[in-house]
Amino acid sequence: MTVAQGDVFLAGVGGQGTLLASEVLCDAFLLSGYDVKKSEIHGMAQRGGSVTTHLRFGPKVFSPLIEPGRADLLVAFEKVEALRFAHYLRPGGCMVVNAQEISPPAVATGQERYPADVPERLAAVTDRLYLVDALAAALSLREVRSVNMVMIGAASRFLPLPEEAYEKALKGSLPERIVAVNVDAFRAGRSLLSPAKLRTDPHTVRGGDR
Amino acid sequence: MSIPAPKESIRLLSGNEAIARGAFEAGVRVASAYPGTPSTEILENFARYDGVYAEWAPNEKVAVEVAIGASMAGVRAMAAMKHVGVNVAADPIFTVSYTGVRGGLVIVTADDPELHSSQNEQDTRHYAVAAKIPMLEPSDSSEAKEFTRLAFELSEKFDTPVFLRTTTRISHAKGTVRLEEPVAPPVLPGFIPDAAKWVMLPVNGKRRHAVVEERLKALREFAETFYENRTEWGDRSLGIVTSGVSYQYVKEAFPDASVLKIGLAYPLPERLFREFAAGVSRLVVVEELDPHLETHVKSLGIRAQGKERIPIVGELDPRIVRQAITGEAIPVRAPEPVPSRPPNLCPGCPHRGLFFALKKLKVTVTGDIGCYTLAALPPLGAMDTCICMGASIGNAHGMEKALGQDGAGKVVAVIGDSTFLHSGVTGLMNVVYNRGTSTTILLDNDITAMTGAQQNPATGKTLQGEPTRRTDLPALCRALGVEHVYTVDPHDMEQTEKVLRREVARPEPSVIITKAPCALLPDHRRKKRPVYEVIADLCTGCKACSRLGCPAIEWVPFTPEEAVAAGKKATQKGMARISPLLCDGCNQCPPLCKFRAILEKKP
Repeated sequence: MTVAQGDVFLAGVGGQGTLLASEVLCDAFLLSGYDVKKSEIHGMAQRGGSVTTHLRFGPKVFSPLIEPGRADLLVAFEKVEALRFAHYLRPGGCMVVNAQEISPPAVATGQERYPADVPERLAAVTDRLYLVDALAAALSLREVRSVNMVMIGAASRFLPLPEEAYEKALKGSLPERIVAVNVDAFRAGRSLLSPAKLRTDPHTVRGGDR
Repeated sequence: MSIPAPKESIRLLSGNEAIARGAFEAGVRVASAYPGTPSTEILENFARYDGVYAEWAPNEKVAVEVAIGASMAGVRAMAAMKHVGVNVAADPIFTVSYTGVRGGLVIVTADDPELHSSQNEQDTRHYAVAAKIPMLEPSDSSEAKEFTRLAFELSEKFDTPVFLRTTTRISHAKGTVRLEEPVAPPVLPGFIPDAAKWVMLPVNGKRRHAVVEERLKALREFAETFYENRTEWGDRSLGIVTSGVSYQYVKEAFPDASVLKIGLAYPLPERLFREFAAGVSRLVVVEELDPHLETHVKSLGIRAQGKERIPIVGELDPRIVRQAITGEAIPVRAPEPVPSRPPNLCPGCPHRGLFFALKKLKVTVTGDIGCYTLAALPPLGAMDTCICMGASIGNAHGMEKALGQDGAGKVVAVIGDSTFLHSGVTGLMNVVYNRGTSTTILLDNDITAMTGAQQNPATGKTLQGEPTRRTDLPALCRALGVEHVYTVDPHDMEQTEKVLRREVARPEPSVIITKAPCALLPDHRRKKRPVYEVIADLCTGCKACSRLGCPAIEWVPFTPEEAVAAGKKATQKGMARISPLLCDGCNQCPPLCKFRAILEKKP
């Protein structure tokens, strides 16, 4: 089944490569014949702050921004960032969250604690929550910077594109020397949420998987 | 590096990339800009096309003057800037409106509703009105490219500079764009002397003003039938007048409504508005920031709703538009309370060392525009003011003059290398000339960092990657008459503090240059750098290192039981840890630890 249109909200921390990840995702949709728009913020937001990308695809897209409460898929590169933007998800929407923790400044300086109940609070937002350890997958590829493509790989399970579309996009948008590691990272991410795993994982509830 | 020009293909481009492409297709030969979010990528992308000249100017005024010169010489020319840059460039802009152009001249302004990365939220459409310059306003990437091409045609057809206005959600949103081949501009290069046109002595300026008024009349007539002022008839019970990205939000929220989409934001048509208003039973004007279209509609005596419903502060989105027009609240889950994550100076940022030292002096710090403005945030909290590019030095001087002896040795100005060259030089000249004594700290990190690493006159490289002469910053300061100019390494906070104390107390103007490269520069990243670690046994949890606010230093909290289990006093609340992934090896934190618990990590 092909999804005709959808809204993907990506959230992460400046420096995690969310912009490049969303770029690849956009290209994959474009190469597959979709209209795509995406919007993000440069400048101030890049300096270790929260970074978001609104990505919308369909036969014809108008607004470059996703409305709160309407995203079909929230891809979060960090746990607290998932929670920060959870209100963007539509009822019944799907969340793919990297279990990695990056301390916000107030936590890093010991004034606040990193919230311990993030998974529970995320689960209260949707029963289609998929927590993945993208950092471990990236480290096993010996490339910590590939967390972003691991996440795209995992998220791809909930998007209406064939695997080849992403790999074609990766080849088209990255310098040649880093294509291979990113393709590996994408595949590693995709296998984190293999259809078999989606069926058996007690912490996740299936729906709309491909 | 060059971007091939395919016969025809669809690409996904940001608004800024699309403007660069449009300028290339329009045959633009010369472009000049000063970087500023959200406009920076326009010139960065344009500079990569074959056969064009593109440069970073020291500021927006110079950029516009360069573009004017190129236009006078008969080539198509462009200047690009963020909204506040137009303030800097306003002087030449108001007068080039009088002279008109030869080669097409387009001034791109990228506004920043919501202040994603700006100090104010000004609506640049006012400049079009005030300077009597037509302004095109695209609503997505595709139009960004088309309108750029169109802008050059209009410029030559009506003998006028043309504004192209985007906002952040145009400039930094990507959408599909159909690429086309470049065209040959109709004008031939060469300067043709014509004093009545180019020399704005009062006698000529007066005549040109009359020409400008005639031009506006012709443009107003043009606006009546211009195909980008477009009526989309739909359900006649609701008619919406809109432009720019707001058009997209309107189409999303009210796909069936009748819409009058304005592509030429200035001058505005009259009959078109009247026809549209007469064809709908309810008229609403949807625009971000100020009521520009609305004021015009109401000046025609047309009843319409606008800013009493549509927010004047911040940017819009489809939900805000839907809610404002229907008057019905749309329930949505409240955002979860989580620790905030504001932007921060990077690990290894040389600015951190300076501000840490500066905070100890308990002086008033007048600040400026750049990454270092982030030092105003906790835990550094070492900046007290920030107004605009270059303001720090004038602000410090003003404070000094206002406070007299009470202020002596208590105010310093902090300004980056690129910002200093942009508009701080005249401020420093003023300090010397008017017998000021303030200390100016010049943060030289060898790049324009905030906007994503752009070259500037002090870096030795041009926008198109050619080596060039560097402005010698110490020599420049001395030439302005500052006798005391000292350069320090801000990573060495002990020395930095010593020099700071000495110079702040000095009853003469002085400049301290903190010189160390931006931690994000490729040359720096390639360098082999140490990684530091906290020796757990030695850390007492005193938080001396945490006060740096370095993202690489994390706090690991303990419960009393955990503390005891770790061999610590039960009262120790936690300990510091350095993330090996984030540590840049700047060596700022080790000297802060009295217990010598921070050591270089051995491989």
